Amino acid sequence: MERAVVRVSEVSLTLAEVRDLLEAQVCWASDLSMRVSAIGAADLMSDVLAFGRPGMLLLTGLNTPQTVRTAAVADLAGIVFVRGKRPDDNLVVMAQQANLPLLSTSLTMFEAAGRLYGALFGSGRTDE
Amino acid sequence: MSATFSRVFEIHGRDFTNAGRVSTEIKDLLKRMGIDAALVRRVAIASYEAEMNVVMYARHAVLILTVTPAAVALEIADEGPGIPDVDLAMQEGWSTATSEMREMGFGAGMGLPNIRRNSDAFTINSMVGHGTRLSIRVDVM
Repeated sequence: MERAVVRVSEVSLTLAEVRDLLEAQVCWASDLSMRVSAIGAADLMSDVLAFGRPGMLLLTGLNTPQTVRTAAVADLAGIVFVRGKRPDDNLVVMAQQANLPLLSTSLTMFEAAGRLYGALFGSGRTDE
Repeated sequence: MSATFSRVFEIHGRDFTNAGRVSTEIKDLLKRMGIDAALVRRVAIASYEAEMNVVMYARHAVLILTVTPAAVALEIADEGPGIPDVDLAMQEGWSTATSEMREMGFGAGMGLPNIRRNSDAFTINSMVGHGTRLSIRVDVM
């Protein structure tokens, strides 16, 4: 168990690494060197509220004010909108107020999650 | 903190644009009071789910936030349709939400269970045709 904890801690990604892996555009972020401690994918905000962890990066296809408010309430590290969804100006202002980074990728949820999972836990990594 | 702090907020039904604003304000307020971040998060999640329920189902609600040295409490009393079967509504996955509500990422029957999960004490009373009253308490450890 101890080894697993160390492993997750060591392979945590920065927002800049997430951006590169997902070929994402940064809609708004104050600091791309910020690390994310967990990553989750969901369109159902109640699931995020129930199972999300503080410091988690959320992949979602839902670009509504509720997405940003959910992320702020649940202390998430940021949001990546998938399938080319982009936040409107109102969402960006809300994210700035909550200091919540917003990224956008044209990848599907499945592919975005797969790339990040592969980067964290894929066989190519030697983080032992 | 030694004194009791209390504030009243109003939540308007069907106001989807502002849904969640009260809970965000409560969260900021509690953070500024220096309350433990994990406790603030639990209160904010319970408050947000309750606020979404009011916006989705009720006409209007009053939320009373009370902070004491021992606990943070939320009382949410709405004017709305009420819940015919509270036990059923407390079951995860049971919902009467419309597709409009689901498109916002809510209405999947997780709200009341999420509130209970984040509370140290939780009571719900509902009268069909009149409204629903929630009492939520999160204890300071």
